[in-house]
Formats: sequence, structure tokens, C-alpha cells
Amino acid sequence: MTTEAALPTRPAPHGARGGGRAAADILFGGQTGPVLVIVGVILAIWYAACLPMNSGLPSMPAEGDLAARYQAAWSLERPVLPSPHQIVMELRVSTCGRLPSDQPFWSAFFSCEIRWTPRNLLFHAWTTLSSTLVGFLMGGLLGVVLAVLIVHIKTLEKSLLPWIIASQTVPILAVAPIVIVVLGSLGITGLIPKSIISAYLCFFPVTIGMVKGLTSPHPIDLDLMRTYDASAWATFWKLRWPAALPFLFASLKVAIAISLVGAIVGELPTGAQAGLGARLLTGSYYGQTVQIWAALIAAAALAALAVAAVGLAERITVAALGGRR
Amino acid sequence: MSAPAQTRNRTDGIPAALVGLVAVAAGCLWALDAVHRPDLAGQAPAWFWGAIVAIWLAAWWATDRLARAVPPAPAARRMLDLLVPILFGAFLLFLWEIVTVGAGVPLVLMPPPSAIGARLVQSLPILAEDFVQTVLRAVIPGWALGSGLGIAIAVLCDRLPFLRRGLMPIGNFVSALPMIGIAPIMVMWFGFDWQSKVAVVVVMTFFPALVNTVAGLSASGALERDLMRSYAADWATTLLKLRLPAAMPFVFNALKINSTLALIGAIVAEFFGTPILGMGFRISTEVGRMSLDMVWAEIAVAAVTGSVFYGLLALAERRITFWHPSYRRR
Repeated sequence: MTTEAALPTRPAPHGARGGGRAAADILFGGQTGPVLVIVGVILAIWYAACLPMNSGLPSMPAEGDLAARYQAAWSLERPVLPSPHQIVMELRVSTCGRLPSDQPFWSAFFSCEIRWTPRNLLFHAWTTLSSTLVGFLMGGLLGVVLAVLIVHIKTLEKSLLPWIIASQTVPILAVAPIVIVVLGSLGITGLIPKSIISAYLCFFPVTIGMVKGLTSPHPIDLDLMRTYDASAWATFWKLRWPAALPFLFASLKVAIAISLVGAIVGELPTGAQAGLGARLLTGSYYGQTVQIWAALIAAAALAALAVAAVGLAERITVAALGGRR
Repeated sequence: MSAPAQTRNRTDGIPAALVGLVAVAAGCLWALDAVHRPDLAGQAPAWFWGAIVAIWLAAWWATDRLARAVPPAPAARRMLDLLVPILFGAFLLFLWEIVTVGAGVPLVLMPPPSAIGARLVQSLPILAEDFVQTVLRAVIPGWALGSGLGIAIAVLCDRLPFLRRGLMPIGNFVSALPMIGIAPIMVMWFGFDWQSKVAVVVVMTFFPALVNTVAGLSASGALERDLMRSYAADWATTLLKLRLPAAMPFVFNALKINSTLALIGAIVAEFFGTPILGMGFRISTEVGRMSLDMVWAEIAVAAVTGSVFYGLLALAERRITFWHPSYRRR
């Protein structure tokens, strides 16, 4: 949402003038209305597309009226494009187990019994999330330490920084299989290799953001610190670090999203048994489209939650430092 | 960082640093020669590692001198800014070679750069085929299509504020999602060949282009916009003459981000299925066969491709957004 905040928000053209316009204001004045409309349009297109996308499948009835054909297209076993409610159903079933058939639909839908087995999507999500978080911590720390070194040691700024930037023009995910295999042959498997890939991917935004942030204090402020005869240490803690915090959090939001990607891709090359990446891979092997989509939605939700958590940490930190938002 | 005035034009460190560098280069050549001899390879003694550490310290000292020096001529300054990272990179390669050969690291763990280079030269035809399949057939079309579509929809959003307010939050949300996950779906829809990779790349590059361009289109100043209004310029003229040019730094930012995303997208999509061609396919199969030198050769090609792609974009950016403050002479 950062870009949106930077946009000049146009004042609603017809404020609270007429009562008849209030409804239109709600619909078109703010953001909620347009977003809802567009999401609705996307869903409508999605449902409509299910028939043409799936009509080539042998399990589809060749004739019949349109309603019946749509009915069939929305409830296929292995569709090319599953309908949204099939995905919701798959999410429900793969997290809370099969629907008990002896209850009416809606109460059955919301009754949940979680079994912590490898069949459970939550189990896979947690596997991915744990390596994401470990990788994010490692990468974030590495990024901050590198940035502090780069800002304070001229040689590193000139020699290391260009390579850190150049390393991003390399498709780093291509290195992921190597890391997995090399560490695997050293006997290290499971969480750590995936976390290393996550860390490798996410240190970069943190380093770049922190270098920018640590050098963001105005020269006047730096000169002021010099007139106080402040040590480099004091300048760092009292001026540079607080000035860098907004940059840090902005980078951390990007970093945690990328480190989730790293964890997912880290699960691909060795055919890992657990995790959202493994779920995508097995789904792709066995043509379980609904399972792929459910894993994808779970990954998206995980990313959104993680970014939101960083945003929350930001707000708490800013409030603790006496800042206002 | 603001340098005090008296540190401008400091050249006193350069001669000593250059002498030091020559000594370091001689030391490196000696070490490279020594480490490949049968009595040292794989069983280098302590004194050898001591010598390497000494070379390292000398190299650090010389680079430090060079990094601090500020020659008066701008051309020399630019050359120095280029030289220091190049030396650093070359030294890293040197250390990689020395450590892998000297300590006898098995090839299946970490091949030395010399082995990777030899493999690269040997398998140029295969690498070229993979390059054509992945980069020319998938990355570039997907990147152009995805970015172009993103920019076009951004202009449309600019025309229709309703669309912008509805699409922008979604765009911001989606660009933070692990879009790479759509790869298996696209492979299922568009088949194993390059079409599915193009589709993955299009989806991955669309949203960054959209989000950045929309932000860029509102980047022109209110003053300039008022000026255009006072000329009675219509929307199209304002867009073409003022707002699109003003948005160019943002657009190029998106294009650069997308150049990396496109390469990653195409390579990872090949993990989910591909004809027996392509960089991602080669990486995943050769990793399975434990021939890591081939994997590293493939990564080297990917690295050069990515850097050239990025460099070309940076050059174009410099030509098109020459007016931007970040290019002004400091």
C-alpha cells in the first residue's frame, strides 16, 4: 500500500452534500467500493471462464443445456480451471478434515477438527512458514550487519556494494537447487537449507534499504553531532539508527515476502515431502489442480499475514519511539 | 556521506596501492601455480594458508588505499570506481579456486572456477541451446508482454479513476504474493514448452509494471500540470508530453525489477516440466546427476544474461531520463 499512500488522494468530489449521493460516495468515492466491484468482476469472469476452459475435458458432458454444462464445469474432479467455491471447499477439507455428512451443510462447514498429519494443509503451511521465518531472521540480521559495515567502512562500500547489487541481476533462485543438494550431501536437510535460500534472497532489500536509511540523516544533523564531539557509536545509535528505521521496515516488508518465495522454491528441487512447495509439486505431478490452487491461496494468505505482521511491528516500534502515524 | 572538503582530490595513496597490487597479483599467480601442483593440491600445509592470509591482508590494504583515493580527473575517478569492485570480484574468484583446490573440496560439493570455466567452454552448444529456449523464447517475450500490458493498463487506470482505485490495492497486494506458485498451473494450461513460461513471466511482471507506472503517472508536479492546463492541453497531450516522460524513472524501475523476475520466473517454471531444453531444466537435471560444474556453468550464463539485460536497461534509462536529478553532475 506504500505507493497508494504516495498518490495525491483526490478529495471526494461530492462530499456530504446531498443525502441521495451518500450511497454513490460509498461505492465510488473511497477505495472499498471500487475494490469490491473489481473483485466481483474478477470472480464473475472466473466463474464464466470455467466452462470454456474445462470443456475439452473428457469428463465433461458433450451436450445438455448451458446451466447443466456450467453445473458440471464447476464441480469437476480434476478441472483445468477449478471454480472458486471448489477451492474454498478444498481449503476447508484439507485443513479441517472431511465434512461430516450427518449435519446440515453450513454447520458442518464451520465445525472444525484439526488433525496434525501430513495430509493437513496447515501442516504444510507451517513447514514453509517456519523455514521462512528462520531465513527471514538470518537474512534480516545479515542485511543489517552488512549495511552497517558498508556505511562505516569505505573499502567495503566501494568493493562489496557493487557486487551485492550485481548479485541481484543473477536469478538467485537458480542457485537454490545447488544449496539444497550441497547441504544435503553434507548431511544437512530439512529446515536449514531452505532457510539459507530464504536468507540469501531476502538480505538484499534489507542491505540496500538500510544503507539508504543509515546515510539518510541530513548533513546538517551529522555536522551537529560532530560539533557535539559525538563518537561514531553515539552518532550511530542516536542519529543514524532512528533515521534508518522507516527504511528498515519498508525493506523488511519486501524481504519477508521474498523469503517466503525462497522457502517455497527451496522445497522444489529435492522433492521435499512437506511444505507448500512440495504440495504444488505433487499437485502438478498428479494433476490435482484444486490442490495446487489451494496451496497457492494458502501461500498468498501466508504472505499477506507475514507482511501485515511486519507492518504491525512497525507501528508498535514507531509508537514506542514516540512517533505518530 | 558528506566528505569534508580537504579530502577531495586525494591521490597520495595511489602509487603505493598500485605497487601493492602488483605484489598481490604476483603472489596470486604464485599461489595459483603452487596449489595446482600435485604435492599441494588437496593437502596444502599450514604455511601455504598463512601465505594466502598474507596475500589477503595485502590485497585489503591496497584496495583500502584505492577506495579512499579521490583523483582530480573525473575519468580517473570513474575508472577507480570500476577498478575496485572488479579487483574485489577477481580476488573472490581467486580465493574460491585456492580453497577448493588447496583443501581438496570434492567436485560434487563445490567445483573450482577453473573446472567450471573448462566445462563452460566444452558445452557451449548445449548452453547456447538452453539460452535460446529460456531467454529468447520465454524471458524476453514474456517480459515485453507483461511489462507492456502493465503499462497499458496503468494508463487506462489513469484515465478511469474508478479502475485505479479498485485495481491499485489489488495490484499492491498481488505483487507481494509468491506469484512463482502459478508456475504449475501455467504448465498445465499451456503445455511444457515455452508458451507456459511466457505465461508465468507475463503474470509475474504485470503487477510491478502496473503499480510503478500508476505511481509514476502522478509524479509530475502540480505546477507543471497547471501549466499544461493553462495551455488548454487535453488529457492525451498532457499524458504524452508531461506525465509519461515524468513517469519514466518509475517505469524503468519496474522494467529493471521485471528483468530479474522474468529470468527467475522462466527458470523456476522449468522445474515444473519442460522439453529437454532450457536453463531451469538443465540445472535441475544436472543437480540430480551431481555434475555441479555444469550447473555452475549454467548459472554463470544466467548471471551474465541477467547483468547484460540489466545493463542495457540502465543505458536506455540514462538516455531517456537524462533530465532526472540522479544523473546530474555532482
